[in-house]
Amino acid sequence: MLVFDSVTKKYGTVTAVDNLNLEIPKGEFFGLLGPNGAGKTTTVRMLSTLTAPTSGSILVDGRQVDRNLTEIKAKIGVVPQHMNLETEMTAWQNLELHGCLYGLQKDIRQKRIDELLEFTNLSDRANEMVKNFSGGMKRKLMIARALMHEPEILLMDEPTVGLDAAVRRKMWDLMKGLNKNGLTVVLTTHYIEEAEILCSRVGLMHGGKLVELDAPQKLIQKTGAFVLEYFENGGTRSRFFNTRQEAIESAAGMEGSVNIRPANLEDTFIKLTKRKVEG
Amino acid sequence: MIAPVLYLIVFGWGLGSGINVGGSSYINFVIPGIIALTTMTLSFSTVANDINIARTYTRTFEEFMVAPVSMLVYAAGKITAGALRGLYSALIIVLLAIVFQAGLRLDLYFIMITILNCFVFSALGLTAGLIIDSHGDMAKFSNFVITPMSFLCGTFFPLDKMPVGLKEIIWVLPLTQTSLALRSQGESVFQTLLHPTILIIYLLIFIITGVRLCKKAE
Ligand SMILES: Nc1ncnc2c1ncn2[C@@H]1O[C@H](COP(=O)(O)OP(=O)(O)OP(=O)(O)O)[C@@H](O)[C@H]1O
Ligand SMILES: [Mg+2]
Repeated sequence: MLVFDSVTKKYGTVTAVDNLNLEIPKGEFFGLLGPNGAGKTTTVRMLSTLTAPTSGSILVDGRQVDRNLTEIKAKIGVVPQHMNLETEMTAWQNLELHGCLYGLQKDIRQKRIDELLEFTNLSDRANEMVKNFSGGMKRKLMIARALMHEPEILLMDEPTVGLDAAVRRKMWDLMKGLNKNGLTVVLTTHYIEEAEILCSRVGLMHGGKLVELDAPQKLIQKTGAFVLEYFENGGTRSRFFNTRQEAIESAAGMEGSVNIRPANLEDTFIKLTKRKVEG
Repeated sequence: MIAPVLYLIVFGWGLGSGINVGGSSYINFVIPGIIALTTMTLSFSTVANDINIARTYTRTFEEFMVAPVSMLVYAAGKITAGALRGLYSALIIVLLAIVFQAGLRLDLYFIMITILNCFVFSALGLTAGLIIDSHGDMAKFSNFVITPMSFLCGTFFPLDKMPVGLKEIIWVLPLTQTSLALRSQGESVFQTLLHPTILIIYLLIFIITGVRLCKKAE
């Protein structure tokens, strides 16, 4: 159970996270969405103790997180938004270091490293310096590293950026499988489709505030289950309707080509963030 | 490790030949000073630069901060690693001194003071590495704090050549205590105990500040 209780984070005059109240139960697959600068990374970083809240408290399993709270930290796995691997070490050494930091026994480390390198298709590059890796390979290694100690809570900040389509699907399956076995996941992503497929609940952040919080399907229902798209004054416009029938009726009087389709979370996301901007 | 060897050659065998300080040859005077300043510089810069780069450039600092390792253990690990690096440099200078048959009084007190000096500046490196946020500022700190200390703290010439006022200030600095202690022949028991006491106070201050900073540093 993760709890944010009136959490605010300020950087000078910028309020990165503004009075966040949020509870994420054990075993939930939670998605944090929001436009650039919304405060997603800051939220995840506060949870992983990388940055301290200006006010409010963050509880994991009933205990306020702190860098010296090693029992809680041992349960968390983190995939940060920025690359933070040891580039002067090999892939194998990076994972070995992680295993040592998390106090894994030598034989378990060996086994986990082999499994994870195999899973991420990095086995044949295991003894190569990470600085020579491609962007996607580094990402995969970061995900492997976060899973190495079999965490109970996985915090992932845009983990699938730069992964090819096949690998991304593979990662989705992995995450789904782990979540089924009880792993709590907090995921931030700009691939809204990813959140729609994986998350049982998503929070939408905007300007540091949590502005929406619900299951993806519920959010879609809320803004309208059908979209009517048309082209006007050099831009694609969309209108939302609750039923296909309403959309068709509205389209009847329109000129040019129109497109009516079921709304997805991305449509909802864009509509909700736009509404926030336009007020 | 090039700089201390050059100091040894330039100030010891070059400029220093024929000069006497306190009744013995200058080379014998300067070797403890070079050991003091080299262990300081290496212990300090190893830890300070390592943490600075890990925080600002490679970001690997984050990996250590999220790991289930208490900040005291992290700090202890960093400080010990830096101190060992300093001790290694001390060993090389001692070997050089032996090879070139310079007079060096290696006793337990000498070794303990050298080790203590390594830990003090390694701990200062931890604190500096956590406070200073950019590589440029770290270079400035080295240039304006570490380098002047390495020349002025009784390393190359006795402290009493310094003007009154400045002398007292320099006396309080940790490196001065190390320099004095490494040449402690003829000092009273009180003085020989005073040096390590002052160094230990510095060490505790730097460790406590460092561990505190560890809890918040980003
Ligand atoms: N270390 C920092 N110092 C100053 N301001 C910061 C810092 N980190 C974040 N901010 C500010 O906090 C706000 C939220 O940033 P954050 O990184 O949390 O956004 P985000 O939702 O993760 O965005 P993105 O989708 O682009 O990753 C931004 O205005 C950002 O400039
Ligand atoms: Mg971000």
